[in-house]
Amino acid sequence: MIKALSAKEVAKRVVEGSMFILDVRNEGDYKDWRIEGKGIKSINRPYFDLIDGVEDVLEHLPKEEVLVVCAKEGSSVMVAEMLDEAGIKDVYYLEGGMKSWSEYLMPVKLGDLKDGGSIYQFNRIGKGCLSYLVESNGEATIIDSARTIEAYEDFAKENNLEIKHMIDTHLHADHISGGRKLAEKTGATYWLPPKDAEEVTFSFSALEEGNDITIGNTKIEIQPLYTPGHTIGSTSMIVDGQFLLSGDILFVDSIGRPDLAGKAEDWVSDLRDSLYNKYNNLSKELVVLPAHFGKISELDEKGAVSAPLGELFEKNDGLKIKNENEFRRAVTENLPPQPNAYQEIRQTNMGKIDPTNDEQREMEIGPNRCAITE
Amino acid sequence: MNVTQTLDTKGLSCPMPIVKTKKAMDTLASGDILEVLATDKGAVNDLSAWSKSSGHELLEHKEEDGVFKFYIQKG
Repeated sequence: MIKALSAKEVAKRVVEGSMFILDVRNEGDYKDWRIEGKGIKSINRPYFDLIDGVEDVLEHLPKEEVLVVCAKEGSSVMVAEMLDEAGIKDVYYLEGGMKSWSEYLMPVKLGDLKDGGSIYQFNRIGKGCLSYLVESNGEATIIDSARTIEAYEDFAKENNLEIKHMIDTHLHADHISGGRKLAEKTGATYWLPPKDAEEVTFSFSALEEGNDITIGNTKIEIQPLYTPGHTIGSTSMIVDGQFLLSGDILFVDSIGRPDLAGKAEDWVSDLRDSLYNKYNNLSKELVVLPAHFGKISELDEKGAVSAPLGELFEKNDGLKIKNENEFRRAVTENLPPQPNAYQEIRQTNMGKIDPTNDEQREMEIGPNRCAITE
Repeated sequence: MNVTQTLDTKGLSCPMPIVKTKKAMDTLASGDILEVLATDKGAVNDLSAWSKSSGHELLEHKEEDGVFKFYIQKG
């Protein structure tokens, strides 16, 4: 009997376990984007090469515990059944396929705040997107929400939290923001940097320096800090004087790319100023919480992604480029491919187009690709 | 184009369009052309990749009113 394995269970294996994966999508999709992790081994054999039988692939598989993965689920069930019949013990298939994997959000508690309350990272592990929930005294603020807002709604319900603020650090190009939708549903305020929102078709509150946001009776402070470069409006946030939510400006292993809104050359000097001046003047003890990770090796043993700002100034190559021309080249030349459907995603986040759920899911397939390096 | 046979996989999802295409192809002779109709988006990449890996030639594919049409010549 084959068994379904949910994205949540696969995420556990990625963070702290092991698994052998037979990915039966076509070669191009596998090369582009797949499940990775310290204890994860995978091979690719398209399902259409296995229709007549799995004999040829058996010698490359372990005798037990194989997870078969495909795009939506159908083909993985077919191949898993064949492997089961061929005598492999414990054959699993990924429930909902890579579509579910792309959407799963894993909440990880990062720490407590000084006057009560705490901060959580929601790791969208399959796509490399990180969002945040700050809570205090029954109130919650969510930053850079994913499209699949159910994860936050469930979390708020379980923990008796009222969602008061939804904040996007910038207009996203790699995923569809759930900020507006969840704000409409809960009556929360939706905050966007005004410079990224010049063309949006809905109303919002301006996320600007000086407009500090407080939550709970204990007045947790969320201070916006204007740091353009990835987009013209990109705004970082300092939470409780401890955490620096760096959006898509600074990542643990890389820095943000300035080209996704089509204005790389114009924004290079903004990006450099944000990183090398504004960030450099902040306390090096701030814990950087980015909106993405690039490699699974950036996850710690809990599955969280973070690093002290001071450490990044020592280790992150994107913060160590002395020469301005060299920096310009690094952030404008030889960039990785753009995120899938990034232009349509930007249009959706501006409210200009309104794709169906299925279309939105399709648009978000693949890695985030918001950094200058892969 | 001289289509030898038409296979309708509309409404079917992965892996059925390719499983059926393969079965239909097995009954054709080299040089014959199979027309495949599908509504599953995934079929676009998969049929191209499958044709290549199994020695057939995808002569043409197009989309008309939400239906994908493929013309594959048996190798």
